[in-house]
Amino acid sequence: MENKENRNLYAVGALFDSPNKLVAFAKKLVNEGYRFWDVHSSYPLHGLPKIMRLKWSPLGYVALVLGLTGTLTGLFLTYWTMSVDYRLTIGGKPWFSFPAFVPVLFELTVLLASVGTAIVMLFIIFKLPNNRHPLHDSEYLKKVSVDKCGIIVESHDAKFDYQTIRSLFGEYGASEVVDIYYNEEEIAYKPRVFEPKFIVFLVVIAILTSAFGYLFNNKVLYLPPFDFMLKQFKVNPQSESMFFADGFGMRTPVAGTVARGQRDYPFKGKPDEAGEKLVNPLLSTNDVLELGKRKYNTFCSPCHGWRGEGDSRLNGQFPNPPSLHSEKVRNWSDGRIYHVIMEGQNIMPSYASQLTEKERWAIILYIRALQRSLNAKQEDVK
Amino acid sequence: MTGLSADNFVSYSYRELPKKNFNFGLLFTLVGLIGIVLGYALEPERTSFNLIIVFTWLTSIGIGSIFFIGIEYLTGAVWSVPFRRIAEINSAFVLVAPIIAIPVIFNIHSIYHWSHPEALIHDEILKNKSAYLNQTFFVIRFIVTFLLWFLFYFLIIRNSSKQDTSKDQRSTRRNTIISAIFMPIFAVTLTLFSIDWLMSLEPHWYSTIFGVYYFSGTILASIALFTFISIALNESGFLVEGLNREHYYSMGALLFAFTNFWAYIAFSQFMLIWYANLPEETFWFINRGVGSWLYWSIGIIFVKFIVPYIFLLPQPAKMDPKRLKFASLWILFAHYYDLYWIVMPTYSKTGVVFSWIELSAIVFSIGLLVVCSYFFSKGRNLVPIGDPKLKRGIEFHL
Repeated sequence: MENKENRNLYAVGALFDSPNKLVAFAKKLVNEGYRFWDVHSSYPLHGLPKIMRLKWSPLGYVALVLGLTGTLTGLFLTYWTMSVDYRLTIGGKPWFSFPAFVPVLFELTVLLASVGTAIVMLFIIFKLPNNRHPLHDSEYLKKVSVDKCGIIVESHDAKFDYQTIRSLFGEYGASEVVDIYYNEEEIAYKPRVFEPKFIVFLVVIAILTSAFGYLFNNKVLYLPPFDFMLKQFKVNPQSESMFFADGFGMRTPVAGTVARGQRDYPFKGKPDEAGEKLVNPLLSTNDVLELGKRKYNTFCSPCHGWRGEGDSRLNGQFPNPPSLHSEKVRNWSDGRIYHVIMEGQNIMPSYASQLTEKERWAIILYIRALQRSLNAKQEDVK
Repeated sequence: MTGLSADNFVSYSYRELPKKNFNFGLLFTLVGLIGIVLGYALEPERTSFNLIIVFTWLTSIGIGSIFFIGIEYLTGAVWSVPFRRIAEINSAFVLVAPIIAIPVIFNIHSIYHWSHPEALIHDEILKNKSAYLNQTFFVIRFIVTFLLWFLFYFLIIRNSSKQDTSKDQRSTRRNTIISAIFMPIFAVTLTLFSIDWLMSLEPHWYSTIFGVYYFSGTILASIALFTFISIALNESGFLVEGLNREHYYSMGALLFAFTNFWAYIAFSQFMLIWYANLPEETFWFINRGVGSWLYWSIGIIFVKFIVPYIFLLPQPAKMDPKRLKFASLWILFAHYYDLYWIVMPTYSKTGVVFSWIELSAIVFSIGLLVVCSYFFSKGRNLVPIGDPKLKRGIEFHL
């Protein structure tokens, strides 16, 4: 206990057993013209704000605005993700299907309204992190947050008189009357947001949650009985199998299998024949050149350069390929270039698995356009 | 328990209700009855469909009121004690409602498709359901359900009325126990009732949430009528002194809460069927989008949810007697609108129909509501003057 000299009287408080007596006393205080007093109760007493002549709380409007913000955020989120940015066909429904979005809107409305209102209340109305108040940690507050309700009359009220107030409390049936003191120093203390204690607390919480998350996701879930989803009767990629004689789980396709959308290439190892017999099926239209440019930039340009000049972006990690603008390549037929894409040449590997047939031909048309840009003929100028 | 001192009871003197409203109700009932009898003679099928609406609407109010009283006893509610007798009078509608069902049962073949033996021959689904959906079992369920409801009605009402003179605290405890037994029985019987009378209109369709859907309308309609009569009687001074806006607030809050509850349940039913997109479930909603039914279906979102929701959202609206009376009448109308939406598309598949038959059904229900309220309140105290919680209930404030 501190000594009493240091302490100033903040208020006189009274505890009541029933809200009825409290309301009667509150009416009395209003009639007498007291201005600095307050009521504390462990549950809401709806009629009191009117009796105390308080202004209507703006918190309801805060909740309304935040709730509507939640609704609109939810609408934008679902609309943008499901109807614009990442369209997925689900059950044949239209991309903008409002009934499916309603649960999201509802949840976001409730979330923003409740959490937002609580945050506004704590940090704007209650002025957290400031937790210094004369009532803080007092016996009075401990009791009103359990089973009593109470009124305090503050000592700086113009009408405040210690003896009158105490006798008034007795008259109105207060079960207990207490004096509430405060310490000047304690009240004047300005809390900082980044108290060392608080930082340590945050660090401890961070360590605990990540440790728990790590243990749970990487250890606990692999223990029985939580691992039932892992143990399934199926072959995982790259895994061993007792079923086949060679012990491999993964099988090679049956001889002669052709993947969907792929065609057998009949000119394996015969570049000249390919050059003679293969004909580009595409016309050099805008769409085709766009496709060719996109695919060329993705798969060819790292080595051949953006314009096919052989200026590799790989900074000498591989030998630079020769220019695509050479006399030799310009005179090659489309089929001969197609053969290089299919089979590779020198250090260049096959790109057959990365590109579809149409994309290969589109790239060739784009290379032709590149060649023409550096070696234009006379009639191109006209 | 210690004995009660005399100041637990309040002064109340019985006053006869004015005759004016009763005559007006009687006129409505007679006009409506003539319309229904005529309709039954000319178009028995259509009239029977309308009688199902009237029947389920009145049953809603009656059984919902018993449920409401039971919840009050079980939770030990204080604020509603001064008004409990009004809910008790409203719950008497369960006694009247089955009379309306009798002409429907006599006309069962033109309403319920599953009651045709020849329909079962080629219909595998109906054949499999026939163990439950057959005429004999239907009538047995009807009788058993209502006998159970009568039983609980009489038990609860008798205890409560006896308490007026005996002032015996044990009556409250007895009613609490009866209410506890009533709750599970209520859940099962109300679900079966809604399946029998409403869902089996389309015997191929099923929705597992349908019982809850009907319950949400039931509790809304019963609280709405309770609110309206309580406020009207209190304003003209037929109840005790000291009942004010703080009591009304709870009624407004309940109306608001159950409006939301209805929307939640109705949307749950719709969304699951819409999402799963199974033909045996979706046709029920597709039927309600044919022709002018589409506008009726869209209207239900506004009539039963958006209008009362926005109307009751501000706190002052939940306390203002004028606005509350309007909201409760609106919700009673909305429940009728909802039942019309459930029942009538089976009769008229192409669009909404409205003629003198529908009108006389509505006039009849309104008249019956007024006449029965008068009849069952005659000679009874409108306040449970023997209830030990009455004084606390009157002094209740938020």
